[in-house]
Order: sequence, then structure tokens, then C-alpha cells
Amino acid sequence: MRSDDLEALALLHDPVRRSLYAVVVAGGGDVGRGEAAEAAGVSRTLAGHHLDKLVEAGLLESGFRPQDRKGPGSGRPAKVYRRAQGERSVSLPPRDYTTLASVLADVVAELGAEERAERAARAAGAGMAAGHAGEPVERVLDARGYEPYAEGGVLRLRNCPFHVLAEEQPLLVCSVNLALCQGLLEGLGEDPARATLDPRPGECCVTLKQTDIDIEGE
Amino acid sequence: MHLAELNIAHLRAPIDSPELADFVADLEPVNAIADAAPGFVWRLKESETDPTATVVHDYGDHLLLNFSVWESLESLWNYVYRSGHLASLRRRREWFLRMAEPYMVMWWIPEGHIPSLAEGMERLERLRTQGPSPEAFTFKDSYDSSEAASRPAAAEARK
Repeated sequence: MRSDDLEALALLHDPVRRSLYAVVVAGGGDVGRGEAAEAAGVSRTLAGHHLDKLVEAGLLESGFRPQDRKGPGSGRPAKVYRRAQGERSVSLPPRDYTTLASVLADVVAELGAEERAERAARAAGAGMAAGHAGEPVERVLDARGYEPYAEGGVLRLRNCPFHVLAEEQPLLVCSVNLALCQGLLEGLGEDPARATLDPRPGECCVTLKQTDIDIEGE
Repeated sequence: MHLAELNIAHLRAPIDSPELADFVADLEPVNAIADAAPGFVWRLKESETDPTATVVHDYGDHLLLNFSVWESLESLWNYVYRSGHLASLRRRREWFLRMAEPYMVMWWIPEGHIPSLAEGMERLERLRTQGPSPEAFTFKDSYDSSEAASRPAAAEARK
């Protein structure tokens, strides 16, 4: 356990900070101080104070967005916040599953055993559905850290829970992730073909087609 | 500086055979993704009019070559693994034989310079015989452009 990780995470004990952090993360990109304040139901000044604390701790990053109005009197560029790239984790007792997963992923890739890994992942995905019968898949994915959001009739996943490994072995890890999601759908009694790969930078590689009912409801 | 990338693939069957039909059908849409990708600079094309024409070269008909230039490592990575190209990449085993040796190499080049295919093949050979270095590297062992700039090879390329 690194003490700066613990200190950074301890900052989120404060409910205002935690809700500001959640607002910025849910924004999926640059979120202004005013927007964050409004969504969290606090004043701009208080929001700014707490957001800057989160930047200091490395949980958020800040930048500047040029004002829409140009010319004299348009004011300074607005300060914006986004989630920081780095990961923070605290485990007691200390655990390190990433190193082990990285070693195993290298072996699978070396053996060319991707299809075997996908089969195992599909079964594991089905297992993840246990205890979630009747729940919508987005709720299960949300609880597993995928951060689903709807866009144009498709459910996209903002966060890749396997980020570090997906950077090291993208082909293997994205294929395994797709198989996990398909297995999960299967386990929930849904059509596994709802999950497909549609990767784009900075997000999870998997997307889910919305069911017909959801599309009609839009 | 810009990033040059060469990768080779060992075809399982002749490019005009039925086994490769899906791959050939993917060429136009997947190349279109590359051409429109942020940070894409250049790629070697056999034909300006036929999108399914693969690069003709002297290294053996069983080898398929991709040779391109990008603004950064990140832009190339995002194209390879974070675009519609990934779906095609997942099917590589249907079309290509596994290669024990490295089949992809990258190196930094001065902006505006288009390296020759022969240079690319030399870089790949260098990676295979000497392992990764700033002159010939992979995503797994990458070097940023400042590391390459201080090396004599980069200075030579600038002449």
C-alpha cells in the first residue's frame, strides 16, 4: 500500500468532494467549475476549493477551456476538470493481481491460446451473473466498474476495468473482455450478441446494443 | 518527429484465394479508417484507384506488408487497437500464420521524410537480431522521439 494512494483516496471521505468527483467522472471529459457546482448542489467557490484539492491529490486533472465569447470583455478561459489518468488502489492486506495477470496474459499470447482464454472468459462472465437474475445488464456492469452510459441507441462503457493489461496486451484483453460481457449477458438470460467490439480511444472496447424496448422508450 | 511503422504478415493462402476473401473485402473500409485516423500521415499504397491492391514487393509473395507514418505512438496505437481495425486484427489467425519472430517494427523519422521499404525491412531485421532499441522498437518496448533524436542513426536520417 502506497501512503499517497491512501491519502488521495481518504480525500473522498468528504461527501462534497466525493460527489464532485462523481460529477466530473460522469461528465466523461472536461467539466467546468460551475457545472460541477450545480450538479453537486454547492456554491462555485466551495466547488472550486474542493476540485482543486482533488487535483492536488492527483485524482483529477485541470485545464482551461477558452470562453465561447471572443473579444474584449470575454474574460479568462474557464477552468475545467477531468479524471486523472493514473490509478489509485489500496488493498489490505497488500495484494498484487496485476503482475500475475500480466505474466499469464503474456503466456496466453505466446502460446496463441486466445480462443481458449475467450472460452474461459465466457464461462467466467456467465458466473458473474450469479445472484443478479432479472437485473438489467447495465446495473451489473456499473457495479463492476464499467461506467455504462447511453449514446445513440448503444450502451457504451466509459471505463475499462482492465486498463493496465489492455495497454499491454490489447488484442487478448479486449477479446477476453468481450467474451466476459457476452457470458454475462448469457448468464442474465439475454442475447450475448448484444455485446460487440467498437473500441475508441480512452474507453472500454465493448459496446452493447440496446434492446428494442429501450430504443422505443427514447 | 514522426513515427514510421512496418509490419509483415505471412499469408496462409494466396491473396486471391477464397480463404483470404474476407480479408481483401476488409481492405477498403479498414484503410479508410487509417486514412481518417487522427495522427495518420502516410501509408504505402500499391494503387491510388484500387483499394484492394496490396503492396507488391521483392520479399516473397507469401508476405503482406503494411508500411505507414504517424504523428505519434499514441495515434498509431489508437488506430491499431482502438478503432474498427481491431475487429479485423482479431481474425488474423484465419488469414496469417503465426510468426515466432517480431513482425512489426517502429522507428522515429524527421517530419516530411518518407523512408524506403528497404530501410523498413532493415529496421525489422535489426529488431530481430539485436532486440529493441531507439532505432527499431515495438509497442511493448517503445522509445520516445527524444531518445531517438540523440542517437546517431537519427542524425544520419536527417541528412
